[in-house]
Amino acid sequence: MDITRRRLLILLPAAAVAWKYVQAGTPEAAPNYKLTEHWWSMLIDIPKCIGCGSCVRACAEENDVPEGYYRTWIERYHVADWKIERPDVESPNGGKQGFPPNEIGGKNFFVPKLCNHCADSPCTQVCPVGATFVTPDGVVLVDKSYCLGCRYCVQACPYGCRFINPKTDTAEKCTLCYHRITKGLTTACCEVCPTGARQLADLKNPRDPIHEFLRRHTVQVLKPHMATGSKVFYNGMDGSVR
Amino acid sequence: MQIPVEGFMYPNEVELQWSVLIVLYPFITGLVAGAFILASLERVFRVDAVKPTYRLALLTALAFLLVAPLPLQLHLGHPERSLEMYLTPHRSSAMAMFGFVYLWYLMAVLLLEIWLDYRRDIVVKSQTTTGITRVIYRVLTLGSSNISERSLRIDERLGYFITVIGIPSAFLLHGYVGFIFGSVKANPWWSSPLMPIVFIFSAMVSGIAAVMLLYMFSTRLRGKEIDIRCLDKIAQYLFYVFVIDFSLEMLDLLQRIYEADESFRSLDFMVHSRLWTSQVIVQILLGTVTPIVLLGLTQVLKLTDMARKRIFALAGCLTVIGIFAMRWNVVIGGQLFSKSFLGYTTYKMGFATREGLLTAIALMLLPFPILWVLVKLLPPWPDAGPVPASGASPAHGIS
Amino acid sequence: MFKDVEHLIRLAVVMAIALIAFVTLRAVVVPHSFGQYGHYRGDAIREIAARPVAFAGHDVCESCHTDVVEQKKQGKHVVVPCEACHGAQARHADDPVSVKPAKLDTAVLCARCHEANSAKPKGFPQVVASDHSGGLACDACHQPHRPKIEDSTEAKPATEGKR
Repeated sequence: MDITRRRLLILLPAAAVAWKYVQAGTPEAAPNYKLTEHWWSMLIDIPKCIGCGSCVRACAEENDVPEGYYRTWIERYHVADWKIERPDVESPNGGKQGFPPNEIGGKNFFVPKLCNHCADSPCTQVCPVGATFVTPDGVVLVDKSYCLGCRYCVQACPYGCRFINPKTDTAEKCTLCYHRITKGLTTACCEVCPTGARQLADLKNPRDPIHEFLRRHTVQVLKPHMATGSKVFYNGMDGSVR
Repeated sequence: MQIPVEGFMYPNEVELQWSVLIVLYPFITGLVAGAFILASLERVFRVDAVKPTYRLALLTALAFLLVAPLPLQLHLGHPERSLEMYLTPHRSSAMAMFGFVYLWYLMAVLLLEIWLDYRRDIVVKSQTTTGITRVIYRVLTLGSSNISERSLRIDERLGYFITVIGIPSAFLLHGYVGFIFGSVKANPWWSSPLMPIVFIFSAMVSGIAAVMLLYMFSTRLRGKEIDIRCLDKIAQYLFYVFVIDFSLEMLDLLQRIYEADESFRSLDFMVHSRLWTSQVIVQILLGTVTPIVLLGLTQVLKLTDMARKRIFALAGCLTVIGIFAMRWNVVIGGQLFSKSFLGYTTYKMGFATREGLLTAIALMLLPFPILWVLVKLLPPWPDAGPVPASGASPAHGIS
Repeated sequence: MFKDVEHLIRLAVVMAIALIAFVTLRAVVVPHSFGQYGHYRGDAIREIAARPVAFAGHDVCESCHTDVVEQKKQGKHVVVPCEACHGAQARHADDPVSVKPAKLDTAVLCARCHEANSAKPKGFPQVVASDHSGGLACDACHQPHRPKIEDSTEAKPATEGKR
């Protein structure tokens, strides 16, 4: 399309108006977002995570997550020597206020967790009515006006990322901040992460730098034997991580 | 309400998702399937000895089947949306497809079989009773009063055909419940191809025991003589099915212990700590081994009728308790350990809450008044004699 | 002969009526957008996407607070997004005059990242707060937007960005 002066004069104000709506946070549907052009995923860089809990707090604030339930959380691992099948794990309040100080030796690290937005999602397979589903752009969502609250999906998730919201009595979980990523923003957790340990990735975008990272580095997914098609990739993940 | 956690659990796993009501549901549908299988023994396999319990078994199955959806409705976050399961069923979901299996079994098998078997009595009663009961019977006749020999023979043939279909339908009814659990790959306590089979056989055990107990109890209540030949036959079938059920469960256990995969250490600890009483003591020792030994004794020793009746009653009660414990151990047990295999939680059952103990007890008792109404409407007693076709007083034949 | 199966025909009619009622109910009750993209309500995607955002994103903050951007560029906190410390500020960005960000408590805030913990990466700056500052608030000595103290005799530079 030729960018003529005339077209530019029309485009710029239009873009400004759209951006103003994004900034103001009014519930407008995002213009120009095409479902089939994206395939969302996330990269978690474990050596970079400092367990500050900013992501957990930001998610709770962005998505009105009720107290005591977690759309994302951080686990702290302690692996003594070679015992990778028996790690010590803790997650005080999901890591929301960070972690208490300690100085124990051995191998220690933080693992942020969230919904893995599985391509072959076991939770959508078992939903009896079609209240949870995988969108064409790869995000697993819950339709809270259709959900029965039968809790079958919560049982079927191998990663423990689902819960029942006590206010709506429906299933709930990380939405990959769908309302943000469809407006060109990143997720709340990725936005606030001070070290860049969490990064959103669009697997349909060949120029996405995270997509490039995945191609060049040794990455893992959680519970690969479950064959869920998990799309949250972990760089530098130890074998003890459950 | 702080829930005590041992070790590490994923933060969202601490609170149990499925309560005692979800324990009740497979227990109740198990009784239905088992009672129906017992009834079909007479109809299809021509085991005449159990004929006295035929109609009672069908009515028992119906009473329990009508109550079965209630624990599910009470458990749902939005029971007002439950019709969605029939309007937009997700075909990959075992739970959705089960809704249709339940509907099929209720409408096309159980209700139809009861209607066809009782139709003659219904038509006669619609002509001989008065008041509201007469209206009920009139509705049940669907407006047809034909009870000629030929129509009754057609009913008999159709009823036989439905019972034949009904047997695999009953297996499907309860096997599906087993599949709902057995197909969840995320949960190693549930995920097993054996689960539907174990559920079916334990359902048969509980259903047969329940009908046996109901038959003994109702016959005593009516002051009549228990048909000991019938009772012996039922107990024999109970024994055989129990042996198969026990073998399957032991096979699962032994294989797990031998293979000792990633989940085993966690599950083993759970059984030794949180599930010790309900699994080892109640389900296995009291609820399975003891009844099998008791029933086995009646098969090999020569005992008096009175002794055998007492043993059957005791074995029957222990069996029903044991099968309830088995459902408890599957449903609750499957949620007590973390999917990280690093920790355990506790089940805090409410008392007078929507999913609490009081509700569970009320739901367990509810089939009995329903059964009482059914028995009054459609008397199943073989010693009452056939209802006379005309000119008889309304009270005749109703015990 | 027909008379003898009359009751079965009546039964079949009752079942046919029930089936028709069910199909009609389905056509009326099932939401229209159901099945648009898959076995779910297509409208759900639009409803979820229409939720208002709470975090504005650092690009938005930086478009106004250019002086803070300059200050941050001189230090390690250049990579720390504004809302990591200041919380969600989309409402402030929408109405900067009437909606003001809350004052932060550095004693709690800074500790979450910088309190020593053996699980934190070895190269990451961390201290045991009680040994390091003896109970003083972090911003008594450190300027959060440019945290490195260049010269201990120099007065702590003022925090830019406040209007």
